[in-house]
Amino acid sequence: MTSIDDNLSRQSVLAVYFRCLKGVVWREGLRFFQQRGRLIAALVRPLVWLLIFAAGFRATLGLSIIPPYETYVLYDVYIVPGLVGMIQMFNGMQSSLSLVYDREMGSMKVLMTSPLPRWYLLTCKLLAGCFVSLLQVYTFLLVAYLFGIELPLLGYLAVLPVLLVTGLMLGAVGMLLSTFVKQLENFAGVMNFVIFPAFFLSSALYPLWKMKESSELLYWLCTFNPFTYAVEFLRFSLYLKFSLLATGWTFFCLALFLSAAIWAYDPKRGLGGVGRG
Amino acid sequence: MDAGLEVSNLSYNYGSKKALDDITFSALSGKFTALLGPNGAGKTTLYHLLTRIMKLQAGHIRIFGNDLKKSPLSAMASMGIVFQQQTLDLDLTIRQNLKYFAALHGLPADDLEDKITEGLKSLDIAERGEEKVRSLNGGHRRRAEIARALLHNPRILLLDEPTVGLDVPSRKAIVDYVHMLCREQQLTVLWATHLVDEVMQEDNLIILHQGKVRAQGNVSTLSEEHNCETVDDLFRKLVMSGEKA
Repeated sequence: MTSIDDNLSRQSVLAVYFRCLKGVVWREGLRFFQQRGRLIAALVRPLVWLLIFAAGFRATLGLSIIPPYETYVLYDVYIVPGLVGMIQMFNGMQSSLSLVYDREMGSMKVLMTSPLPRWYLLTCKLLAGCFVSLLQVYTFLLVAYLFGIELPLLGYLAVLPVLLVTGLMLGAVGMLLSTFVKQLENFAGVMNFVIFPAFFLSSALYPLWKMKESSELLYWLCTFNPFTYAVEFLRFSLYLKFSLLATGWTFFCLALFLSAAIWAYDPKRGLGGVGRG
Repeated sequence: MDAGLEVSNLSYNYGSKKALDDITFSALSGKFTALLGPNGAGKTTLYHLLTRIMKLQAGHIRIFGNDLKKSPLSAMASMGIVFQQQTLDLDLTIRQNLKYFAALHGLPADDLEDKITEGLKSLDIAERGEEKVRSLNGGHRRRAEIARALLHNPRILLLDEPTVGLDVPSRKAIVDYVHMLCREQQLTVLWATHLVDEVMQEDNLIILHQGKVRAQGNVSTLSEEHNCETVDDLFRKLVMSGEKA
């Protein structure tokens, strides 16, 4: 028999890495399209916020002109970037839920025993989840557009690379969480303790100055929330503007959470779900 | 004959409990080596160490000369693995599972479909290729896992109790097929089991009990040394009495 070592030496290393990424993305895509309810759920959630919640608040909540906006904006326009972040955060958690499932079902072992480096395999897994979130986000933006919420046309393009960064960052948070969760049943609790506080303690639904008016403590918590910076990074890019603070914090959090997730999946500590022999 | 797999002074503890206690053995290249041990002997722990699912605490593992710690990628690339726990994605078809595995190993797409068909045919499950794993019985799932483990032409195949839960004909078919691979394709095999009837006279045998290697060598030679007529007698004698070889 010929060994894969020989194959590896013959093939371009880059091609091998690319095939691996393609395969992981392909599998994630297959699973996503097989779970038809997942796309619908991913769309219904932000659309309820946009079309019902925002409509109700539109009349009561006044927003002053704040960057990146150059004029007054309606509330439903304001919350679009936050809802995009929400889609990505839920998707990140859903991907990490599937990691726990994969670990329980054993298919995580197949990924972890690939000859490619573990950090790369986990990054592929995150990227795959991120691509799925891109589909959800652009479908949401299209539906929002059809309901009259228009953003700068170039903003739809400019936000694409930012979506990759924010999607990876939020996916890495989910991956890190999944290393602490031993059983699938425990994951719902973790989601409640992470998703809702992260979403409400951010600038997704209201600008931080509004929060400051109500509570200094809550405002202070919001300024430490990575999700706040992810949302602002998305908001600025959708309006073709740049925020050093939001960009810097998002990249910093991505590096931090990704390293922590890779560290947590290191065989030195074992894979949480692995049983004794 | 060269060793395909060398394990030396391997120990592993779960807290204060010793799962593996300074074990040393080798699996000869191109041979079928049965790792026989009762439940709880440490077989699965050993497989998790061999496949880098868990980190080595003490000792060394070499796969065709590649140290698992120093050159893990080369070592892993030459390894085909069938875990005790079923590891197929239930919502994908057999072919999709195999394609995903091929991608994880960076295999080119050129003749992949043909290779998959060939692999499934040799395990008599080609007609099931487009069926979702969820709809398959245990025997077919196991065969699919073996076909997957062989897809990248590994030099060594590690199987951890691959026949657990299967009926007698399915067990026999899988045991015979893997023995055939050793004979005809010189594949190195380490087969963990607690079922003595899966071990043949020409096989090499390692008996693992309570985390220690109790005996190792050719089945016929060991039987002769211990005055035992069958593998079952040998296993009982060494494991039940705690006698060391």
